Amino acid sequence: MKYTKSTCVPLKIENVDTDQIIPARFLKATTKEGFGDNLFRDWRYDKQDQPIADFVLNQDTYKGEILVAGKNFGCGSSREHAAWAIGDYGFKIVVSSFFADIFRGNSLNNGILPLIVSEEFLAELFTDIEADPSTTLEVDLESQTAWISGKENNKQSFEIDDYKKMCLINGYDDIDYLLSLKEEIAQYESNRAYTFNV
Amino acid sequence: MSSNKPRTLFEKVWDSHVVQRKENYPDVLYIDTHFIHEVTSPQAFNGLRARGIELARVDQTWGTADHNVPTKDQHLPIKEALSRHQVETLHKNCDEFGVKLYGLGHPFQGIVHVIGPELGVTQPGKTIVCGDSHTSTHGAFGSIAFGIGTSQVEQVMSSQCTLQNKPKAMRIVVDGELQEGITAKDIVLYVISKLSASGGTGYFVEFAGSAIQGLSMEGRMTVCNMSIEMGARGGIIAPDQTTFDYLEGREFSPKGEAWDKSVAYWKSLPTDDGATFDAEHVYDAADIAPMVTYGTNPGMGVGVDQSVPTPESASDKKALEYMGLKEGEAIIGKPIDYVFIGSCTNARIEDLRAVAEFVKGKKKADGVNVWIVPGSKQVEKQAIAEGLDKIYAEAGFELREPGCSACLGMNEDKVPAGMYCISTSNRNFEGRQGPGARTLLASPLTAAAAAVNGHIVDVREQLATV
Repeated sequence: MKYTKSTCVPLKIENVDTDQIIPARFLKATTKEGFGDNLFRDWRYDKQDQPIADFVLNQDTYKGEILVAGKNFGCGSSREHAAWAIGDYGFKIVVSSFFADIFRGNSLNNGILPLIVSEEFLAELFTDIEADPSTTLEVDLESQTAWISGKENNKQSFEIDDYKKMCLINGYDDIDYLLSLKEEIAQYESNRAYTFNV
Repeated sequence: MSSNKPRTLFEKVWDSHVVQRKENYPDVLYIDTHFIHEVTSPQAFNGLRARGIELARVDQTWGTADHNVPTKDQHLPIKEALSRHQVETLHKNCDEFGVKLYGLGHPFQGIVHVIGPELGVTQPGKTIVCGDSHTSTHGAFGSIAFGIGTSQVEQVMSSQCTLQNKPKAMRIVVDGELQEGITAKDIVLYVISKLSASGGTGYFVEFAGSAIQGLSMEGRMTVCNMSIEMGARGGIIAPDQTTFDYLEGREFSPKGEAWDKSVAYWKSLPTDDGATFDAEHVYDAADIAPMVTYGTNPGMGVGVDQSVPTPESASDKKALEYMGLKEGEAIIGKPIDYVFIGSCTNARIEDLRAVAEFVKGKKKADGVNVWIVPGSKQVEKQAIAEGLDKIYAEAGFELREPGCSACLGMNEDKVPAGMYCISTSNRNFEGRQGPGARTLLASPLTAAAAAVNGHIVDVREQLATV
């Protein structure tokens, strides 16, 4: 993912916890596939499994690869299933002014960009999407900037560490990287100041 | 990584575990202990298999089954097919990769964050991870303990390391005397209500001050357990004599000469005088009342003698709607349907004793269901040895078998939609205890008092009349 341009799905709720993104009863799978069907399950479907009309994922008005959410998105449980569900549903980027730490890490580890923008930029984005659902957001990972199409004069820069940026751009794998450090790890194990009994 | 500058407890432990540090890269952090359970491990084991590699350090890996287990008739096969499959998959994986597993029926089985400390696996100065956000619990011993996602579970399984950006350091000081009837749970709910559910994001939090040092290990675990609920990566408390006394003689605690060496090392860990934190908050213990949450995140809590505050945002309004509560409504007197005493926050023997002491000779109110779920087989055994089961039975409380139980809707223990449950667990999220369930978080004492009265009461008044 070097550059993404997409319409957005607005979820104007704060403190969205991972129990809402994927409720616990859907965590029983032993593979990573298929979680998108149950993304936001209890906000998306009623008790009879019928779509709840006013929930944003059920509205044809809003489509796209970018989910825009209120601050402190992804708080609560560390379940990576939340990131799997978001990715499986088809989102590549989640925009918010604030992400919970573990969710942010889980997203990056699954090729989803948690894009942190200012409160002002987030508010403007919500306003624009509500006024015009065809509003598109452009995200350039290389230059670490995002802007609403047509508003290039108001570019939002965002932070991401070099390593994670490289991983996202190249689809690089953390485990390959760690396995390449085998000798350093063995060295650490033999040198460390204090060895625990267990 | 040594330096003469005063350092925090967190820095000492973190820096001594860095295998590699490069600018603008996450640290490669070495992990001493990795706990695994059935929910967040299967995909990681699949990853190892796909790469054709072994677990890096089976001797540093410990497994238990907790989230999906029933809390009744544990000797029978798990009825629910998907839960059974997930637990069986854990057994198969642990067998194949040689991991020690305390599955159903094992005398050490229990909630991962309860068994680690009680077995003495959790020790000061360690780095501890688990695919579960409440791994922060283990920080009570002066270790760096935090929850990780399944990709990171796979990182640790394959290399015994994980890539981590070093969090900033925060200190939360709670000084002074607690009022009677105020517990560790009230302290942490109070702090989160002040800082909000995101106030600690990006930080690792050291809890300090006389009210924290005065807590038992169980109480310290409750505080650190909920540090994740303010968004913090984890909580940590300096090891001291209370810590050493708790650990001495436990199954996997160091013995003999190793014990003496360990204690000497552990004593070097507390934060140096003059060490600096990126943020600091100080609270007076005397200000803390029994706490109850009214909303759908743990930051939405007030003293029991307060009323439901005016919602500040659309999200707050949505939370009150879900909870069926109105602004200005008193917390005291709110009728409840279920009482859940358990979870990795409050299912230790001390919690069960406090509840038994309070309810001895009393009876639960009609129409209230009370579930007491011990955190482990060892807690259950101890409770029965002390006769707590009889006290509960006389009160009409149901003592069940160990597991995560009604903390989260993964097993059979669920609170029905629309019902109010006063719960000692850590999360009041929408649907957390079952779809539509309404959770009010509180201490075991406040929960026990609600069970007896059928509605929320100020436990301080109840204690005064004893």
